[in-house]
Amino acid sequence: MDILVCIKQVPDTKDIKLDPETNTLKREGVESIVNPFDMYAVETALMLKDEWGGTVRAVTMGPPQAEQALREVVSYGVDEVALFSDRAFAGADTWATAYTLAKGIRKLGDFDLIICGKQAVDGDTAQVGPGLAQQLDLPFITFVRRIVKIELDSRTMVVERLMDDGYDVVETSLPALLTVVKEINELRVPSLKGKMKAKKIDIPIYSAADLEVDPDSVGLTGSYTQVIEVFAPKPRGNRIILEGETEEQVEKLLNGLTKDKVLSVKID
Amino acid sequence: MCLFIDPDLCTACEACVESCPFGAITLVDDLAQADETCNLCGACEDVCPVQAITIEKKTGAPAADGYEGVWIFAEHRQGKLAQVAFELLGEGRRLADQLGVALGAVLFGHDVKEEADQLFAYGADTVYLADDPALAGFTDDMYGVLLAKMINEHQPEIVLCGATSIGRSFIPKVATILGTGLTADCTGLGIRSSDRLLLQTRPAFGGNIMATIVCPAGRPQMATVRTRVFRRGPYQEGRKGELVEIDVARKNIVSRTRLLEVVTDLSEKVNLAEADVLVAGGRGLGEEKNFDLLRELADLLNAGVGASRGAVDAGWISYAHQVGQTGKTVSPKLYIACGISGAVQHQVGMQSSDVIVAINKDPNAPIFDVANYGLVGDLFDIVPLMIKRIKTARS
Ligand SMILES: Cc1cc2nc3c(=O)[nH]c(=O)nc-3n(C[C@H](O)[C@H](O)[C@H](O)COP(=O)(O)OP(=O)(O)OC[C@H]3O[C@@H](n4cnc5c(N)ncnc54)[C@H](O)[C@@H]3O)c2cc1C
Ligand SMILES: Nc1ncnc2c1ncn2[C@@H]1O[C@H](COP(=O)(O)O)[C@@H](O)[C@H]1O
Repeated sequence: MDILVCIKQVPDTKDIKLDPETNTLKREGVESIVNPFDMYAVETALMLKDEWGGTVRAVTMGPPQAEQALREVVSYGVDEVALFSDRAFAGADTWATAYTLAKGIRKLGDFDLIICGKQAVDGDTAQVGPGLAQQLDLPFITFVRRIVKIELDSRTMVVERLMDDGYDVVETSLPALLTVVKEINELRVPSLKGKMKAKKIDIPIYSAADLEVDPDSVGLTGSYTQVIEVFAPKPRGNRIILEGETEEQVEKLLNGLTKDKVLSVKID
Repeated sequence: MCLFIDPDLCTACEACVESCPFGAITLVDDLAQADETCNLCGACEDVCPVQAITIEKKTGAPAADGYEGVWIFAEHRQGKLAQVAFELLGEGRRLADQLGVALGAVLFGHDVKEEADQLFAYGADTVYLADDPALAGFTDDMYGVLLAKMINEHQPEIVLCGATSIGRSFIPKVATILGTGLTADCTGLGIRSSDRLLLQTRPAFGGNIMATIVCPAGRPQMATVRTRVFRRGPYQEGRKGELVEIDVARKNIVSRTRLLEVVTDLSEKVNLAEADVLVAGGRGLGEEKNFDLLRELADLLNAGVGASRGAVDAGWISYAHQVGQTGKTVSPKLYIACGISGAVQHQVGMQSSDVIVAINKDPNAPIFDVANYGLVGDLFDIVPLMIKRIKTARS
């Protein structure tokens, strides 16, 4: 099976805070990581390779420093990587991102399966996977939590996809695109060999010209959506610790909740 | 790159540097310069006192030509309209009235015709009904292609759908087919009166910042909307509207995926997004069977049961219950966190709840930072007492 994984480099969200005074992101000490869900996509691809053979490739669209994310997944066992990077790609919304990825993936060849993370934790949109599938004219299944079986002869696979009230069992023809949730597997640890390879691997960079994209369809120019304002969320009424013995705390709590109209318990 | 800083005009005043939410602008050789992290949000353009900064934005033709009306997708699964369908009707009605246009509701399913009355009663002027065995279960191809065809035919200016598992799956396909923008998981909507644009507000970076987004050039303007953010509108008994029935078979849609089985988690309420109240447990519960204590409280409050990753990783409860960065984002009216330390990855999934109660024996646990009511103590004392007090108060 030849599998392609889409990964994204994101700032570690736990570090991100907006300064409420200046409305600017505090960036000191914000580390870049591989989007956590994409690591499960990588692991899914590697497990399938262990079982079926073939190759695993990973791609990302991002600034030059995103090559670090590609190196990281190589250390886990990804065979080949490619970086789609061009100033013209900056400011892309999910439509333009999916378009650019689709152009790049077409350049790289044919794949039996494309795997994305459920969503990227910076934008939390979960839109690039389905958008990319549509751009590539592939069937897709989102929020996959388990691969039930694969039949290469009939070129089909069956998976379980997480729904709000349980899960659905769905069959798709191959090639297809999946987006995966964390439940699907547990990450392996990078091997020494992988780490060595990650240091040395040559990462091909594809520019807008290389991908032969329509200049009006990439980056901000190609984005249908525009951010017109960013602001800090309204602060929570926080760190209120109820005083007193357990009985007193519980009483204050239930009275408070009743007053807030989120609970109807009359306590006197 | 589409951000231009005119070197002849720039006075190195640093106003842009301070305004940049992404910290992307620095002074190099007494000239402002933006790096790769620039999101082209335009904050700098607005503050520059000498208009040295310009951003080339997609303006496009006023795509509104011919596009009129607000549509909501009325999600129906397993014989039931989703709560979010009513919330969307409430919000959709408000937007439609502001624009002076009709509100349409789209209903997909099999044998669902009688649900149309409910949609009318909650505010729809028109119900577009696609009733067909092929729509009995959800598949992205069927739902996505059909909705795209209907939108092309009727040309609404706004299309809203719940940010549910179904909506977040097939709506991006619809937007891609149509070639228009889509904003995910909105928590606020409005109309800009100057140009009728839909203002779509949503959290990003795990809820640490909010962004307002517009779609000036694509039509329709599309958004998925978080559940439980908007109120359902008033129920008007006997309110009627126009029913438009879609002949699905004649659309010749082929699905490349096939729904084999729908498995509903009956063990307990896992639909965390729809619950008004959530009782969540963490590693502080100590062992699997102690979740029963939380279930008892949850039953009393008609609540769903959530969990931290700590509890899920320990194998005490299934992943479907996990709240947080790698689990679900929830915003109930009331979130009761028991024995959860409140790591940021957990907080980002629950901090938009209306009221948060934290029960933890460690007074320094970060969960107290976001709590409206913090109870420092042993959950095995506090929770049983809560159960007891609620029971007595109710009897
Ligand atoms: C990439 C990434 C993604 C993640 N995603 C998520 C996510 O989606 N959701 C999530 O929840 N976490 C997530 N985490 C993990 C997160 O960082 C924490 O490790 C996790 O939330 C801790 O779970 P916990 O609070 O249950 O456990 P702990 O941190 O062990 O906290 C247990 C708490 O219970 C208290 N306690 C113990 N006994 C009692 C008692 N008898 N009475 C009262 N209090 C008691 C303790 O004081 C302690 O504060 C993620 C981490 C990473 C790195
Ligand atoms: N710039 C990108 N490069 C490669 N893959 C991406 C990029 N952006 C998003 N993806 C993939 O799409 C998934 C969903 O991202 P999003 O729609 O941004 O939430 C991610 O988990 C990645 O697998």
